[in-house]
Amino acid sequence: MRLQYIVSEIGTGLRRNLTMTLAVIITVAISMAFLGTGMLLRAQAETMKGYWYDKVQISVFMCNEYDRGERCTDGMVTDEQKADIEQVLTAHPEVKTVHFESQEQAYEHFKEQFADDIAESITPDQLQESFRVELKDPERFEGVVSAVAGLPGVHQVQDQRDLLEPFFRVINGLLFGAVAIAVILLVAAILLITNTIRLAAFSRRRETGIMRLVGASNFYIQLPFILETAIAGFVGAVLAGAGVALIKAILIDRVIAPSFLFIDAWVGWSDILVIVPWLLAAGVMMSAVAAFITLRRYLRV
Amino acid sequence: MIRFDNVTKLYPTQNNAALHDLTLEVEKGEFVFLVGPSGSGKSTFLRLVLKEEKPTSGWIRVAGKDLHRLSNWKVPQLRRRIGTVFQDFRLLPNKTVFENIAFALQVIGKSRRQINRDVPAVIELVGLGGKEDRLPDQLSGGEQQRVAVARAFVNRPLILLADEPTGNLDPATSVGIMKLLDRINRTGTTVVMATHDQSIVDQMRKRVIELDHGHVVRDQSRGVYGYAR
Repeated sequence: MRLQYIVSEIGTGLRRNLTMTLAVIITVAISMAFLGTGMLLRAQAETMKGYWYDKVQISVFMCNEYDRGERCTDGMVTDEQKADIEQVLTAHPEVKTVHFESQEQAYEHFKEQFADDIAESITPDQLQESFRVELKDPERFEGVVSAVAGLPGVHQVQDQRDLLEPFFRVINGLLFGAVAIAVILLVAAILLITNTIRLAAFSRRRETGIMRLVGASNFYIQLPFILETAIAGFVGAVLAGAGVALIKAILIDRVIAPSFLFIDAWVGWSDILVIVPWLLAAGVMMSAVAAFITLRRYLRV
Repeated sequence: MIRFDNVTKLYPTQNNAALHDLTLEVEKGEFVFLVGPSGSGKSTFLRLVLKEEKPTSGWIRVAGKDLHRLSNWKVPQLRRRIGTVFQDFRLLPNKTVFENIAFALQVIGKSRRQINRDVPAVIELVGLGGKEDRLPDQLSGGEQQRVAVARAFVNRPLILLADEPTGNLDPATSVGIMKLLDRINRTGTTVVMATHDQSIVDQMRKRVIELDHGHVVRDQSRGVYGYAR
């Protein structure tokens, strides 16, 4: 195998089909970027689930003295009511632990999550006392919710996952969209590769014809074409990887994360380090396989 | 060297067989003319020898290989033992004489040392010494065909197939090419040449196989092109 020959063939091939090569690079880059975005979204969803589902609790908020309405007709929850609620909760078979959060503790948490000027505008007695209930199986929350929801002194029972649902719906929607676009562009990339190979095979039919005639192996004849396409695919995938890294560095770290301070679960660079090699492998493999299959048709022995 | 046993070749789009139950043998070192009108099966014969086509039925042996059993990935090995020359030369226009011939060795993985040894020798053999660096369009038709012969012969094939090698050349130039093929034949290489060129066949007095509609109608050692036509 003469390396020099193959390298020079690839060079001339790439130059000769510059426009088509660029088209392949761009479509591969965009399709891989969407694929990478999809993987990023998935990693983000996983990170958030891991972060929150560990902490998922049922919060049983109890009336404070300012609460009014059909649940809180008597103002502040009484100690007997609290004892009843706690009794029901600890006796429930699905409950693992019950933890009481006082108004003072609630105020501390509030201060942690929001800026000082907001925290200063309220006082502990405006917040509610609550029982934080950890479940044995976070999936089975309905029984506990219905057991305490109607008890006197209970203002509201909140399953925290209800709060997260919209988030995950948005992420899943974006994920689906990104993957769908990636697939469509992938098809476009494959068609472009097919066309590029066809043009390249046609423009080099003299050479390949002579190569077949003098007994060059199929592999040797096809290798320059496959490597050319794989290089284009690789360049495209590198661009896509850079794009995904930029999404992480700029869009997530600089734009999105600062505007959602209460979420402390963002994809990290370790996720990027997993995604980018996948993109490179996918870009190169997809291009090389598309080239190989096309060549079966256009460079017959 | 080449042996056809009851070979029939049918092309899918045609009703009449290109070759019909053909049986013939070409011995090692022979020089054979394949003559006959267009469509008589000459080119099909050559393509079958190269395994560019497969016979519809029958057996073919080339250079000791049973083509029926030769797997596709071994076909290149077969073709390395067969040199081929065409009417239209088939040179690479952007490569010099030397590079055109060297190309045939490069693509089968020969070393640079071997290329630098064999290519000048074969250029000398075909009488193009001093023209190594010319491009094909700076050469006459006869010279271009010499380059093509050199490329076919540089790997010292057992068989040289020539498909109307003088078809584009004037009679005087054709004689030069024939002398060259004769010299190659004298090195022990089997030469099979398909041709329409009556005067060449008559001059050379070699074995003549005449095909017509896929049948052998004449097989004559030291023959001429044909009876008064």
